[in-house]
Amino acid sequence: MSGDGAEIRLGVIMLCHDELPIAARMARVWAEGGAAVVVHVDAKAPAADMAAMRGGLADLPQVLFSPRHSCEWGMFSLVQATQDAAALLLDRFEDLTHVMVVSGSCLPLRPVQDLRAFLALYPRRDFIESVTAADVGWTVGGLNEERFTLRFPFSWRRQRKLFDRHVALQRRLGYRRRIPQGLVPHLGSQWWCLTRATLRAILADPRRAEFDRYFRRVWIPDESYFQTLARRHSQNIESRSLTLAKFDGQGKPYIFYNDHLEMLEQSRCFVARKIWRGAHRLYAHFPHGDAARPQVDEPRPERLDRIVSQAVARRSLGRPGLYMQSRFPLKDRENGKTAAPYAVLQGFSDLFPGFESWLSSRVDADVHGHLFAVHGAEFAGRAPIGPGALSDSAALRDLDPRGFLANLIRITRRMQAWQFSPRDGQEMNWFTATDPNARIFVITGAWAVPLLHSDMPFDDIRRVAAILQRTELAQMEVLNSVWLKAQTQVWALGDFCARPADALRGVLRQLGGDPEAATNLPVMRDVAGMGRFLQRLRNAGLRPQLMGEFPATDIAPAPPAPPAPDPEESSAP
Amino acid sequence: MPRLTRWPIWKRLRRRARRQWLIARALNRARALQPVQNRTGTIRRGDILAFVTLRNELVRLPWFFRHYRQLGVQHFLVVDNASTDGSAEWLAGQPDVSLWRTGASYKEARFGMDWLNALLRRYGSGHWCLTVDPDEFLIYPHHDTRPLQALTDWLDAGEVRSFSAMLLDMYPRGSLVSQPYRSGQDPFEIARWFDPANYTIRKNGEYGNLWIQGGPRCRSFFRDNPQNGPALNKIPLVRWRRSYAYVSSTHMLLPRSLNIVYDEHGGEKASGCLLHAKFLSTFVEKSAEELTRRQHYADSQEYMAYHSGLQDDPDFWCAQSCELQDWRQLEDLGLISKGHWA
Repeated sequence: MSGDGAEIRLGVIMLCHDELPIAARMARVWAEGGAAVVVHVDAKAPAADMAAMRGGLADLPQVLFSPRHSCEWGMFSLVQATQDAAALLLDRFEDLTHVMVVSGSCLPLRPVQDLRAFLALYPRRDFIESVTAADVGWTVGGLNEERFTLRFPFSWRRQRKLFDRHVALQRRLGYRRRIPQGLVPHLGSQWWCLTRATLRAILADPRRAEFDRYFRRVWIPDESYFQTLARRHSQNIESRSLTLAKFDGQGKPYIFYNDHLEMLEQSRCFVARKIWRGAHRLYAHFPHGDAARPQVDEPRPERLDRIVSQAVARRSLGRPGLYMQSRFPLKDRENGKTAAPYAVLQGFSDLFPGFESWLSSRVDADVHGHLFAVHGAEFAGRAPIGPGALSDSAALRDLDPRGFLANLIRITRRMQAWQFSPRDGQEMNWFTATDPNARIFVITGAWAVPLLHSDMPFDDIRRVAAILQRTELAQMEVLNSVWLKAQTQVWALGDFCARPADALRGVLRQLGGDPEAATNLPVMRDVAGMGRFLQRLRNAGLRPQLMGEFPATDIAPAPPAPPAPDPEESSAP
Repeated sequence: MPRLTRWPIWKRLRRRARRQWLIARALNRARALQPVQNRTGTIRRGDILAFVTLRNELVRLPWFFRHYRQLGVQHFLVVDNASTDGSAEWLAGQPDVSLWRTGASYKEARFGMDWLNALLRRYGSGHWCLTVDPDEFLIYPHHDTRPLQALTDWLDAGEVRSFSAMLLDMYPRGSLVSQPYRSGQDPFEIARWFDPANYTIRKNGEYGNLWIQGGPRCRSFFRDNPQNGPALNKIPLVRWRRSYAYVSSTHMLLPRSLNIVYDEHGGEKASGCLLHAKFLSTFVEKSAEELTRRQHYADSQEYMAYHSGLQDDPDFWCAQSCELQDWRQLEDLGLISKGHWA
């Protein structure tokens, strides 16, 4: 067995419907590479274009034109066109050993001699992708086996509604067509390369009339007719296509452009589909290689495969946490509400006035103040313009708080952490609670600490406390719901104050900091008198529910650091 | 799409009535257009057309035409709103321009949209039509290697009829006046900075379009009343049919399905952006002029805000501004997307 392909006579069936000048050019490439070509031109193509094509190829005796059918996507006419062209090819060129199907927009990437030499290595093999219908997972529209068992009188492209309803109706009625005996439905790419023997056997099958009648009502028969019948007649099927033909996830062939040149060349594929009509550099460059010294190396389309599957994923899944002009997911269809983990710290800054700077020196994160504060976003360092050029304006933030949050997290390299409290805007509570990227740490009732130190009239304090408690209770309801996806940790104020170091150690560990850095605690506000304060609220008719246990007589848990008597910070709500 | 059909019928009827009213109004207002140079006979099947309204933009025109010719726009249909700086003469001399002139009010013509709707209906049907201002420069994924025709062919193959390109305000570092713009120069040599991620997006229930605001103008001039800030969502590229109409600038269209340029199930559709070269040295004079003409949206509220803002410190630049590199950068930032057009 030699490798130069001299004993291989290749026939090519070329199916064209538009862009005939390019198709004519491709026919010439095939013919000059030593292949016999039969061109099928869709009957709908303009007569003038057709005449020009015939004229342009008149000097090539090995290029013939087969009877024209009017082809519609997904219909049997395409199979008929292929059958007629194949019959013509086999009759006129008796020495053909292989027949390949290509389209007018297929571009041979390597010299035809390469392909012939490659085929010479496996002279009896049929290269046809052929997968049992039960096992394909890749068809668009979700119809696999049902392609063979339902009827499809309506066009999917033009009469989609009727098509869908008709399918639904047949499913409901439990209608099933009988598959002819001896056929096992297979699907695969319509760009195959069969040996003469197999193709002849398919065309001359004694039951061909029966099969044709059956496939006439199968959906997209060009992807199943030869693929199924090859299983019946071939001794040696290699289930793959020699043509690089990718689909873009929307059921449309993937298109190649000038900028794919290098990648196409590296892929070492024999034929690529589909090439944009204006990709002149590709048409000029390919087929590329030395026709005199054919190479028989295998195609290696992995890199292209990767690019295509990335593109498909981009179209169907998108980038997590991105909200933009062409991606605006509905609630819970986000495929990732935010782009990266982030932390929401509630109550810490009420208890520790210097908490922001304490935390930011201990974890690798941007620690902001109250991003959702009513008066505006408090970015780290109180910059008027935050990451991504986000403004600290409350009005701008509240126009689209979800976008604000998602933008902030997506645009920054480091983890984002911010303070939160019931005094802030609560619009994003459900969003953060249902986001797996959120780490929410809450000291419930901590909002009472600034009130304890406030010198407002007690009536006002009581009213404010009532509002804040109601707000925080509503938030707790969200955090306790069954839809919770965030990682949460909640302490009551009393429990937290009993062992602040332990709790802070846990926070640092979860945020990727060194837990031991918690030994040096931030300065804590004095909570002595909290018990008495809560009792006064009770006496005023309010029932504090979130602070945990504080004895009504004044023995507060001993603060680990000397109490900090600083009345500044955001104590006045 | 089936969801759309479940909308209450009266809303659909109302939108239809509005569309027909827009078209009728456009045809009526278009009577004020006087043809100066009609070369529409040279338009061939499949050509990509650009539709532009302008007034006194001579200094910008050379780069504008260079940009769009390079992308592969084959014919420009221009309405000149009584320019006095020689724009009309310059345009009439271009082989691929059809020019109309009118002295009618820009504001009365719904900021020029009536004129363009009429021209789109008359000459745009069956073509991919790009409707842009002279300071808007379309870029899209792969625009450096693939002409506009490649994009429109691909959209055709996917049966997509409209393409989104949000407006991205570009600005220089430092004051506008200190870096004068010369005719024929690439405006983005000067205005090469933009805001990367401060855009707010809301959905408009009536028309189905997204309403995008934000960027440097919003954070500088509209921080307390952002609702009045300029809209940045644009759908400038449409495969036109006679029954279509732009509703408000190129922000949205009717029928409503043309506005669904975004994916709602987590995926990304392809989109580009219009680089907005408004903030150049030319802007200062322009804003003074527009202020007296009062021909812009909402009584030129925007221009009033600019003018007061520009007088003390005309600088949008901040430490978070990004310097424009190429479309890949915009793609990474998530301002545009290549969708599955890779």
